[in-house]
Amino acid sequence: MKVNRSIEEINSKIKSGKAVILTAEEIIGVVEEKGAVKAAEEVDVVTTGTFGPMCSSGVFLNLGHPQPRIKLGEAYLNDVAAYAGIAAVDVYLGATALPPTDPTNLKHPGDFIYGGGHVIEDLVAGKEIRLEATSYGTDCYPLKKIETSFRLDEINEAILYSPRNAYQNYNVAVNLGEKTIYTYMGILKPKMGNANYSSAGQLSPLFNDPLLKTIGMGTRIFLGGGVGYVAWHGTQHNPSAKRDQKGLPEGPAATLALTGDLKQMEPRWLRGLSYLGYGATMQVGVGIPIPILNEEIMGYCAVRDEDIKAPVIDYERAYPQREGGNLGLVSYADLKSGSISVQGKKVPTASLSSYAGAREIAAALKEWISEGHFTLTEPSIKLPSADAGISLKPMPQRDPDKGDGTL
Amino acid sequence: MIKQKIVLRFPPHIVEQPTIYHLIKDFDLMVNILRADINPKKEGRLMMELSGSEANYQRAVEWLNEQGLQILNLEQQIIWRSDLCTHCGACTVICPTEALMFERPEMKVRFAEEKCIICELCLRACPARAMETLVENASFQ
Repeated sequence: MKVNRSIEEINSKIKSGKAVILTAEEIIGVVEEKGAVKAAEEVDVVTTGTFGPMCSSGVFLNLGHPQPRIKLGEAYLNDVAAYAGIAAVDVYLGATALPPTDPTNLKHPGDFIYGGGHVIEDLVAGKEIRLEATSYGTDCYPLKKIETSFRLDEINEAILYSPRNAYQNYNVAVNLGEKTIYTYMGILKPKMGNANYSSAGQLSPLFNDPLLKTIGMGTRIFLGGGVGYVAWHGTQHNPSAKRDQKGLPEGPAATLALTGDLKQMEPRWLRGLSYLGYGATMQVGVGIPIPILNEEIMGYCAVRDEDIKAPVIDYERAYPQREGGNLGLVSYADLKSGSISVQGKKVPTASLSSYAGAREIAAALKEWISEGHFTLTEPSIKLPSADAGISLKPMPQRDPDKGDGTL
Repeated sequence: MIKQKIVLRFPPHIVEQPTIYHLIKDFDLMVNILRADINPKKEGRLMMELSGSEANYQRAVEWLNEQGLQILNLEQQIIWRSDLCTHCGACTVICPTEALMFERPEMKVRFAEEKCIICELCLRACPARAMETLVENASFQ
């Protein structure tokens, strides 16, 4: 390598206000003009961003002990079911959780107007949250029923912990069927009436470090408008997915588990969403700084929408039936242009992830670092990458009474 | 010549009157009906574009008022809450008239009220529920 820079060196430049920071969008022209080596000499950090729906998100809350004490059995926050199968007053509230009274898809397509993501947004906004819970009662936790309300600043901990965020690439969804379908990829009109995608492309964190050479456990990030950390690789992490020569995956690949203190986040970047006919979820703002350690890392950060390809998948049959296969690859440059060509047909496109939001996050992170109070971190361990030999497993399906036949 | 998009609200007692016939026959207006519905309370709602001479249009409006019909401006029926919009763009492929469109290279959603035909598809297509309608329209949903 012609350029060699350590995280320590970058941090001392950040603290002395001398670090050069550009967003993943701004760096593209610089590398095209000057080349990766020269750009790596001049730039210390590249900031990324993404603001898309991320279903595998949620919060751990410790609600404090009432008098007398209770061991929460069934717990509801603003009527939305929270998981209480941990210690007495700890609960986990997931983004897709619903109130038991939600009519779901009984009248299809259901509205899913208020779910876990909305409760989290209201909590972060400082609104009063209603708690209703029951329990069986024990000698040490005698209370069997409680109805109360609380605000975020009145509880002990609120820790955003999301098992899967920031997907590296995603499917482009179309509907080959004859009727409109309602999916987690939005409303899909029949006969390929539209194609929906969900990635910030060239601004997205894991497209700028495709082989996870800098992002690892403990990496400090922008999360929900506050500071967060990479906790682990995400669930369904599939780093060994097919990649091109630049290391860019041609479909959903790496994922991240993210965590951070909810109390310093903002409702603007944690938005409850209602997907017609599918369910409730949450739009999460994530931004990751990439330390420019050398020209190789700089080369990855120069990734452009035209280089990144995503598979077009039929959500009427191929996806729900897990049949595999796709209708071809399209670039994010095409997707963002407003239409793509699929099997000779021009199909209008729409995004579920907000590119304007991703831009704002990358710019905010750039500002935080420029101001000197957000420094970069050395990962405590690396995450499994393309060479890990991971393959995604389907769910085993068999007669549970017979098992798989082995002892 | 005048061209105007309006919403007519019919109270139950005149919902069965041939109002459109009179607009055409007596006032020489061209009528383009965008949407019409009647709720369980038998109140009617008609969204349409009227065009004709200025004088005829004004006479027609007076006549409609005399009949007890309420005339509303069509452009204020659907509200885009820019404070709630996350600018994802999911609505832009659902809106049939491109009233909701995606501006490039800003990559932001824009709502052109004058193109809206109050189909209301955006109300449920927006994941962030940033599209709203007036309370008095709720009974027509």
